[in-house]
Amino acid sequence: MELLCPAGNLASLKAALNAGADAVYLGLKDDTNARSFAGLNFSAEQLAQATTLAHSQGRKVFLTINTFPKPGHEQRWYQAVDLAAKLNMDALIVADLSLLNYAHQHHPHLPLHLSVQASATNLGALSFYKEAFNIERAVLPRVLSIKQVRDLAKVSPVDLEVFAFGSLCIMAEGRCHLSSYVTGQSPNTGGSCSPANHVRWQDSGTDKLTRLNNVLIDKAQAHQQLGYPVVCKGRYVAQYDQDAKYLLESPTSLNTLSLIPQLAQAGIASLKIEGRQRSPAYVSQVTQVWRSAIDTYLAAPNEFAEQAQWSQALAKVSEGQITTLGAYERQWQ
Amino acid sequence: MKISLGPISYCWSKSDVETFYQAVATSNIDTVYLGETVCSRRRELKFSDYLALANMLKSHGKQVILSTMALVEAQSELHELTRAINNGDFCIEANDMAGVYYAHQAKVPFVCGPTINNYNRASLDLLHQKGMFRFVMPCELSKDWLQAVINTDTKPSFEIEVLGHGYMPLAHSARCFTAKHYQLPKDSCQTICQRHSKGLLAQTQESQPLLRLNGIQTQSAAQVNLINQIPTMINMGVDYWRISPNKLADIALADTLTNLLNKAQFNDLAQVAITNTQSKDCNGYWLGLPGMDYNPQANNASF
Repeated sequence: MELLCPAGNLASLKAALNAGADAVYLGLKDDTNARSFAGLNFSAEQLAQATTLAHSQGRKVFLTINTFPKPGHEQRWYQAVDLAAKLNMDALIVADLSLLNYAHQHHPHLPLHLSVQASATNLGALSFYKEAFNIERAVLPRVLSIKQVRDLAKVSPVDLEVFAFGSLCIMAEGRCHLSSYVTGQSPNTGGSCSPANHVRWQDSGTDKLTRLNNVLIDKAQAHQQLGYPVVCKGRYVAQYDQDAKYLLESPTSLNTLSLIPQLAQAGIASLKIEGRQRSPAYVSQVTQVWRSAIDTYLAAPNEFAEQAQWSQALAKVSEGQITTLGAYERQWQ
Repeated sequence: MKISLGPISYCWSKSDVETFYQAVATSNIDTVYLGETVCSRRRELKFSDYLALANMLKSHGKQVILSTMALVEAQSELHELTRAINNGDFCIEANDMAGVYYAHQAKVPFVCGPTINNYNRASLDLLHQKGMFRFVMPCELSKDWLQAVINTDTKPSFEIEVLGHGYMPLAHSARCFTAKHYQLPKDSCQTICQRHSKGLLAQTQESQPLLRLNGIQTQSAAQVNLINQIPTMINMGVDYWRISPNKLADIALADTLTNLLNKAQFNDLAQVAITNTQSKDCNGYWLGLPGMDYNPQANNASF
């Protein structure tokens, strides 16, 4: 079971490799990937360096090209595919049909991983991508329960990768327009959810407020913590109600350490750590814990128990300090 | 351009749904999509009920398309999906790639609904090869984006449909937000979403309407309203202008627009637009702005 870690820059890449990642995923410095934040991601030269470095240590490196080519600007996306092929990268993570087709036609030996942004949650969708583009692997959206993951893994025509840790998307990824409804920018089109230039942190003396393009996402007392303002984690007032509540989800993050045995038994090929936008320190900390957890499981599968020190270490880097199993746990749904 | 009526996104009682489609039958609306697209736990109407309604509408001369689910997870949902595809008569609206896959296998022509990620011409041409004869533009895209999709060397060999009126589907989750609000587990939700015939409105702590919770689906609080953009869309080559219904009165609006288009009375559109515009509407996506934005000037400019 592969440990796949995020890298937003070379320092994070090195941190991931040093801490024991089997593979690292990263994106180019433009809108070809859905973490297009200022100061983040790799130039073509840095991508070459990253690939050389990872390969010199026998690790894999995947290029994330998970946005949807903009009409009239498709060349930028095709060039990203060609670059990955030229550098002998180990796989592309792609969502768009035309891009999967391009890669499959022009670089049939370059493995294709279906991005979570393609939102394939069932056998029919996976079969479509397998038959049309010979994808090798698919990343599952965070909408399936552990039982559904297990059932799907039994029949899936491709390897499966799941999100193990990090910020929690609660919507079927790649089909969520909440960010663009409020800011005009979505992961699919512009390359990010809740872009930082639309975020405002306010302090009114007694209250702290977070806004996204001026829309009030959350409000708390001065001593309370507020999460990064994303639409799905705001506090709103429901019709016929008085109080503001987290109607969709509170600022929590995903932590599936306790599911390692079940994911391994289901035959999941890869565990993905979220967070290309996070610091090298985050990448290092999270990778170390997960490396240790996976190795512990593999050494004695029947004796695996989640260790308190792992959770403590992870809690330090978790958004809002609260973690959840999310949709893996039916009760959450 | 024709007016189409999208599927009912909400959980209505069987009698309300039947009353709705009886009224549709006697209207002049050309094209009708129907079926459950949001949640398989909604069983007010069975597949056979929808099929009966489809046949009734067909007998009134309607083009009927069976809409299918946007988020397909369980094996039982795949089974329902293939049942809809193999209905033997009607085309389907695929709202998940599984719908595309099984429709292609069964050689059933299909429409790609708004929740299939169609963002460029090459992807659309590829789906056309698989049997797609029409696509509904994802609701976050703009006029300029669509124009760029159309403006290539060859005319699209598929039809184009745009959501012109109604609450927009913004997201789908494993979690049922309506059940969560009522503190019910999803597995014993009592289809509590039936209480809210147009979703449950969620406002910010500054009383700004933001979202509409419709079971596992999150909709826009504001209705998209592109009535004034109809002449522009006709010039662009948009084939269908969709109304996503949330009340009986939407049939009257669809009927009025159908009659105006049939008689090419475009000058009367301005009045219809004014009568049917509320201050809470939005048109941002079409104008390349945040979806929730509303720019009345842009509307006027199109006449």
